[in-house]
Formats: sequence, C-alpha cells, structure tokens
Amino acid sequence: MAAETKQIKTPSKLRFTIIFLVMAVLYVFSWRGVEADIGSLIEGWPYIRDLITGMWPPNWKYFERILDPMLETLRIAIIATTFGAILSIPFTLLASRNVFPNTWVTNSARSFLNFVRTIPDLLLAGIFVALLGIGPVAGVAAMTVFTFGIITKLAYESVETIDPGPLESMTAVGANKWQFIAFAVVPQALPAFVAYVLYAFEICVRAAAILGLVGAGGIGIMLSETLETFQYQKMATIVLFTLVIVIVIDSISSRIREKLL
Amino acid sequence: MIEFKKVRKVYPNGTVGLDNINLTIHPGEFVIIVGLSGAGKSTLLRSINRLHEISEGEILIDGKSITAAKGAGLRRMRRDIGMIFQNFNLVKRVSVLRNVLSGRVGYHSTLRTLLGLWPKKDVEIALEALSRVNIREKAYARADELSGGQQQRVSIARALAQEAKIILADEPVASLDPLTTRQVMDDLKRINQELGITTIVNLHFLDLAREYGTRIIGLRAGKLVFDGPVEEATDDVFSEIYGRKIKKDELLGDVEEA
Repeated sequence: MAAETKQIKTPSKLRFTIIFLVMAVLYVFSWRGVEADIGSLIEGWPYIRDLITGMWPPNWKYFERILDPMLETLRIAIIATTFGAILSIPFTLLASRNVFPNTWVTNSARSFLNFVRTIPDLLLAGIFVALLGIGPVAGVAAMTVFTFGIITKLAYESVETIDPGPLESMTAVGANKWQFIAFAVVPQALPAFVAYVLYAFEICVRAAAILGLVGAGGIGIMLSETLETFQYQKMATIVLFTLVIVIVIDSISSRIREKLL
Repeated sequence: MIEFKKVRKVYPNGTVGLDNINLTIHPGEFVIIVGLSGAGKSTLLRSINRLHEISEGEILIDGKSITAAKGAGLRRMRRDIGMIFQNFNLVKRVSVLRNVLSGRVGYHSTLRTLLGLWPKKDVEIALEALSRVNIREKAYARADELSGGQQQRVSIARALAQEAKIILADEPVASLDPLTTRQVMDDLKRINQELGITTIVNLHFLDLAREYGTRIIGLRAGKLVFDGPVEEATDDVFSEIYGRKIKKDELLGDVEEA
C-alpha cells in the first residue's frame, strides 16, 4: 500500500506559481509603462462630462448627411469580404495538412498567413491610401487583406478537423487532387467556411467604420471631422448610427451562422 | 490477379506490420482475412491499393506493379480497386447519388467532374449500382439520413459504379448489428458471384468467415500462418491463428431472419 501511494504524485503547484508570478510581473510592467493613473481619470472627469453632455441631444438632421458615407462603408465591407473570401480559398487548402501532407507547402502558406495577420487594419489602410490614393478603393484593398487573414486562419483550422474517412475513400477511388478537394473536402468544409465569411463580414463592418481616419473612405472621415471640430452632437449621431448598423448585421449573421454549424 | 512478392512493412516505430508475405489471389475469389487486431489484416488490405505503403517487396495487380506506380498511373490502377471501409466513409452532407458517382471520377476529366457534368450513362451506372444493393429509392436522400447498413450498401454501390475488378472490404460489418451484417455480407457475396469481382474482406467473426469465404487467410503478428480453402479452416486452425482458444464474441451467432 505504501508503495502505491508513493506512485501517485500530487500535481505540482510549481507550474501554477510560476504562471502566476509571470502574469503579476507583466501587469506591473505594463502599468508602469503606460503610467496609468486612476488620479488622471478623476482629474479628467470634467472633460469627459463635457463631452457626454455636449453629445446630447444627437443632431438628428445630420443623419441625412451621413447616410451616404455609411452606405459607402457597408459597400466597402461587402466587396472586401467577397474578395477576401475568394482569395482565402486557395490559401486555406494550401495551409491544411490533411489536404497537402507536404509540410513544406503548409508551412510556407502558414508563414505567409501569419505575416499578413500581423499587419494592423489601420496600417493596411494607410499603406493602401499611399499606394492607391485617398478614397474607398484603398479601403476595399485594405479590408480585403484584413478579411483574407481572418477567414483563412479560421477556415484552415476547421478544414483540418473534417472527417478523414471521405478523404481516404476519394484517394482509394483514384481521384486526383482537384477531385479529392471537390468531392471530399469542399462538401465537408463549406458550412463552416460560409459561417467564417459572415463572421469576417461582421468584423469588417466595424473595422471599415474607422477607415476614414486615414482617408480610406466611408463613415470614418466624418467621425474624425466632427471630433476635431468639436461638433459632438453630430458625432453622437454617427456613433449611434454605427452602433445600430453593427448590431443589426451581427444579429442577422450570427443567426445564419447558428443554422449553418 | 493480385500477387504479393516478399512484402514487408515496418512502421516508423519499428513494429513489423507485414513479414515476408508471399500470396497470390486469383480473379473471382472471395478471400477472407482473419487474425487478431494488430495482426496486420488492415495493413495487408490497404497495401493492395497503396493506402499504406510497404517497406520492401512488391505487389502486382494483373502483372503490373502498383508498388512502382506513380501519379496518373497509380490513380488509374486505384480506379479498378473498390474499397469498403468500417465507417462507410461517405460524405454525409451530400446525396447518396453523388456519393456513388464519386466512384466514377477516375473515368472523366477533372473539369467535367468538378462541374458535376456527369454523362447520362454514368448516372445510369450509379442508379444501377444502387439497385443491385436494393436502395435505389434512396438515391436523392442525404447520406446521413440512412441507417448504418444502408450507408454501407451505398459504399458498396460506389465500388460497383467504379466498375472495379477488385473489392477490398476493411472490416465492413464491424459497426453494424448482426442482422444488417448478414445483409451486407450477402450483398458482397452476391456481387462476387454475379459479377465475378475478386473480393477480399477483413473479418473478425470466424463463423462469418467460414460461411462466406471460399478461401481463408490467417495472419498472426504480420506473418501468414494459414492460407487454404474454407473447408480446411477448422476450429483448431482458427485457434492456431489466434494463438488461443476461440472466444464467444468472435462468433456472430445465429440471427433470425426478419
């Protein structure tokens, strides 16, 4: 009996302690670094109060002016998500180990995808404004790359979880790579893929709303304009409108996604 | 004709899967491979269509080496070998007919199959294959609406639509109940007799092996320990293959026909 109890080791608490300490150090480090100070929040309160009271009541007449830029934002999001989704198909397949067992292929595809995803959306917009000039075209280009990164990452991870059975049987019937993909991979991966495209669209609408800050079209330009010229009532209209649009799109798309998965 | 010549398979971890297998299977035979799990039954079967690669030796199909085949040549050889799996391996979200038609991809151009432009003749072949296993009426149902036994018959139909000369069945009844087990085995046997398709089946039910096989092959730790007509496969032979007495759960037992 004594020997038996010895064999069962109590799980070590060392790991937990180390993780806890590392987290604590990280917090202190970050806190110091940004010089976060509760005091400044209290000191700044009058300004915050002015901003909020200044926003009320929202300027409802301004709604007419922002309708077109808002539509532009939505158009940017729709076109960019579509392009991003189309581009993501080949890369999703190239990054999936059950489709391409060759690790050289999957690793190169994944490195490329990791690189794409490290670029923040606003930086992307800035780059494309510099390349293509101010306007919605730059916004579409930036958001295409942005949604491409999101969709591909989520999609290849879900492709790798599909049932390997049909993959095996398509190999056995003598299918080539294209047929293997069309008959065994696509039908299994399609519902998840569509769900991820919708999810990317949700994120894209939110991201596209601030693209105007760097001149890439859409509602964002109005937002920065009103903020800089202290027209808080107009800004409130923009914020509320954006909120409504995002909530509507999110609820519709999450309902469709629930049905798909 | 399938010929194994000095076939050896060693897994990366050093386990010997197949040990010096020499074997000839003639056209039209109904061969049943028995042995304990891990004896190499599945490895032997899957080495025939190269779902598993062998380490040494050669496997010839109708005189052509599948071991040496590459690319389009390999796919062309696989087209003639149908395979039936324990878990059916159908695409569950698509129709039965599309699953059966997927057996015919090797006959047409990539573009044509990708666009789903099947010639009328192919659809007829697929429906005919479904008739042969008595589930033609399920052609347009989604594969996951079917019971396990029906799904296995769809996978048999896929092998038929493939116009395979050889059918490999890897534990085809292991996930079925006793009654559907008999129906599936009856289908395989009938197809073997009516169409003369060489059939090789892995089984762990010994009474089924005796009832359906014409030839029994026994594997033990990767070695061929028995090869003979079903009449010679006595209880003693099975005990020898298994290295112990036969247990009750290795027999399917009698099933009352419904």
